[in-house]
Amino acid sequence: MHAVRLTVNGAERQARVMPRLLLADLLREEFGLTGTHLGCEHGACGACTVLVDGEPVRSCLLFAVQANGCRVDTVEGLAGADGALHPLQEAFRARHALQCGFCTPGMLMTLTAYLREHSSPTESDIREILSGNLCRCTGYQNIVQAGLNAAAALRAAGAPR
Amino acid sequence: MKFVGDRYLRKEDPRLLTGRGQYVGDIGLPGMLHAALVRSPHAHARIVRVDGARAREHPGVVDVVSFLDLGSAGRPFPIVPPHPDLRGHNFSMLADGRARFVGEVVAVVVADSRYTAEDARELVDVEYEPLPSAQTLAPGAPAVHDDVPDNLAGRVTLARGDVEAALRAAPRVVQIKLGIGRGGGQPMETRGLVADWNAALGQLTVWASSQVPHQIRQFIGDLLDLPPHQVRVVAPDVGGGFGAKLIVYPEDVLIPFLARRLARPVRWLEDRLEHMLAATQEREQEHDVTVGFDPTGRILALRDRFVHDTGAYTPRGLVVPLLTASMLTGPYRIPAVLSSFESRYTHRVPVTPYRGAGQPQAVFVIERVLDLVARETGRERAEVRLANLVQPGDMPWDVGLPNYRASGNVILDSGDFPSVLRRALESAGYDALRAEAAAARAQGRLVGVGLACYVELTGVGPFEAGRVRVDARGRIAVFTGATTQGQSLETTFAQVAADELGLTPDDVSVIAGDTGGIEHGIGSFASRAAVVGGSAVALAARELRAKALVLAARVLGVAETELQQTGAVFADRRRLERRVTFAELARAAAGATAALGVEPGLESTRFFQPADMTYSSGAHVARVEIDPLSARVTVTGYWISHDSGRLINPMVVEGQIQGGVALGIGSALLEEIVYDQDGQLLAGSYMDYLLPTATDVPSMDIDHLETLSPLNPLGIKGVGESGALPVPAVLASAIDDALGARGGRVTRMPLGLARLLALLPPPDAGSP
Repeated sequence: MHAVRLTVNGAERQARVMPRLLLADLLREEFGLTGTHLGCEHGACGACTVLVDGEPVRSCLLFAVQANGCRVDTVEGLAGADGALHPLQEAFRARHALQCGFCTPGMLMTLTAYLREHSSPTESDIREILSGNLCRCTGYQNIVQAGLNAAAALRAAGAPR
Repeated sequence: MKFVGDRYLRKEDPRLLTGRGQYVGDIGLPGMLHAALVRSPHAHARIVRVDGARAREHPGVVDVVSFLDLGSAGRPFPIVPPHPDLRGHNFSMLADGRARFVGEVVAVVVADSRYTAEDARELVDVEYEPLPSAQTLAPGAPAVHDDVPDNLAGRVTLARGDVEAALRAAPRVVQIKLGIGRGGGQPMETRGLVADWNAALGQLTVWASSQVPHQIRQFIGDLLDLPPHQVRVVAPDVGGGFGAKLIVYPEDVLIPFLARRLARPVRWLEDRLEHMLAATQEREQEHDVTVGFDPTGRILALRDRFVHDTGAYTPRGLVVPLLTASMLTGPYRIPAVLSSFESRYTHRVPVTPYRGAGQPQAVFVIERVLDLVARETGRERAEVRLANLVQPGDMPWDVGLPNYRASGNVILDSGDFPSVLRRALESAGYDALRAEAAAARAQGRLVGVGLACYVELTGVGPFEAGRVRVDARGRIAVFTGATTQGQSLETTFAQVAADELGLTPDDVSVIAGDTGGIEHGIGSFASRAAVVGGSAVALAARELRAKALVLAARVLGVAETELQQTGAVFADRRRLERRVTFAELARAAAGATAALGVEPGLESTRFFQPADMTYSSGAHVARVEIDPLSARVTVTGYWISHDSGRLINPMVVEGQIQGGVALGIGSALLEEIVYDQDGQLLAGSYMDYLLPTATDVPSMDIDHLETLSPLNPLGIKGVGESGALPVPAVLASAIDDALGARGGRVTRMPLGLARLLALLPPPDAGSP
């Protein structure tokens, strides 16, 4: 067993883990952060996407020990401390960009990272960046629109959050 | 304020957007154990021996169970629905001495973690005697079931008129062979269960990622010998279904069996490979079609004989091929029809409905036929369709073929098929689109335009249940037997109930998928939830409001006609200070005496039993461009006109259509379950089985026509599957057009790169 220490959504967390424990399982089973979903467990669907030191990664392809000392952000950390939805979450709701909601956390985290560095994406930019996140419900159209609308809202609000 | 028809934002979203959804994998109970399944590596094998001794010795392992441990629970599951022409076989919880497809469950290991259970799974010693397997629909394949030596699960012929005579009399007759391959619903959340046996209560609680919790409760009751009141099945947040969660699977009873056997909570979460290996699939059929028509393109006779691959078991009987056969003529008037099929067993994953359920095949066949007739007669494709469509004045139109439930003929109840087609053509700018495509082809590009029409059978019975209850705090709960896997029932049913109750959707909580909330229920499939479940909710809410009025009149001592409702408050319209709230009425009803004139409890339960199915309709137009070198098909434009009657929430309806089209693009171009000659799955991951991504699915333009259904109180028709139905047909039409005279014709879906490359002209013939 190995001791790991991470900053998850801004809070210090630690655990003793098997070397083979996946980061996704650490988050879900040990820390109770079940908003991160496992859709394929082979790195193809993107539902389990979280940010590790700000970069989107597949938490089903990363061992928990590999994230030792890292900052990890999950969907649970997106909304403000007061519960106010992040502009991206607001845009998803306004545009009906989710149906079953299972892929949604991965979509949100992928877009969060992207919009931090790209304030004025085109539709094809958004489609490209989302092409590693599978959704079976929506046909993507409303997700893409939500991404564009969120970018506009973030621009209007000044610095992206 | 009326909420039906409003683009009301979803009540489920705040929870799902912040990671607070509760899917089955998110449910953890104290002392919970984890199951891992041992699956057959052979398509067909005798199971000589299952020995769990080594696995049991593995630290952390609690139990290993194989068929012999099941006792009297080791019986085949019932078949839903039965059919007189079916030689049916269903699976048991575990394979009973024979494995009949790669992935069939042979044994189960239960341990203190999923990691440990999966380790120990490798230590279960199963001795197999591999046998030759049936991997073809041709006669002569090895028998899947001993008492069905010819593998013929059923043979059915549906007919209208004398098709042979009509074909002889037709001025022109053409034949075409068409094929469709296998795919699957592929929800992003795999299947899964948590089961908990409470010995003190004698209560089994099961959380299942399922479209049919009431049916799971029934199967558990039958097989584990428990009365319904001792079994509660809950479908919590469910991450998509699309048919993959429609049937009751072996694990749906096995995991509860283990929880009771071990008196510990047990969880099983399917992984994606297991889903590819063992979740039910659909669509594989081989059609041999003959059509007779006149020089103007009017179809006079249609004969279709097809073979349907039903896989190793028939949990849903003949439903899929019956739907294909009975829906063959789509929105067209065809005076003489013969539609017959043979459903054959193979040593492959069982075939049950997924999004569309036999109908995408029917649409593919009839729309390929329409294109063929257009080509043979030299008429434009849209004109040929307009010449054959059932007219609005024909409604209700008796197709003349029995429906798949054999409850009568397919009767198209309502719709305006010429209008939906014309509107789709208009919004696409069809003529200009074709001219542009022709110009592009003249420059050597492979650009084409396609179209297809469809009708969809929706709103299947036998019934759905709705219950509305007001509690002593005035909270209003709506329970439904329909379930939601993303279809937004928490919002749309709240809209329906709010209108009936004179409240807002935010005043109403909808609870779906819980057998503890409502005794009877059917579930969500066949585009039925809004039609049948929504109608039941409307009836229950209407009755509840009537009861509230009786109560309010008694409590306030005025006539009902003197009451005025404002939100949750009923008042004497002459003296508005004399008022009573829903909460106060609920408290009064909780202690209702005979003098109060109503039965206790401010609640109402109503069932809606539709007299018949109701049929949605529509037309799609697509533009595609094919890269001549890579054979990649890009859908560069997509236009839809759709009629599903009254829209409860247009935003939700459009989302259903967009998702259906995306799934259709997958089943037309990308997704195919492929087996080798030994029945080994060759597409076991998302690297091999390609779901459409954001770069594969275009933005769509959607137009609604609302001709109301006469068959339910809301006038609605189902929409969940509609989007998927015509996509293989419309893309086949567009690809044919893109290839023009230079390429082969599309006769098989999914197309895939290899098949498409074979249709493309050779590179040196690239310029016209």
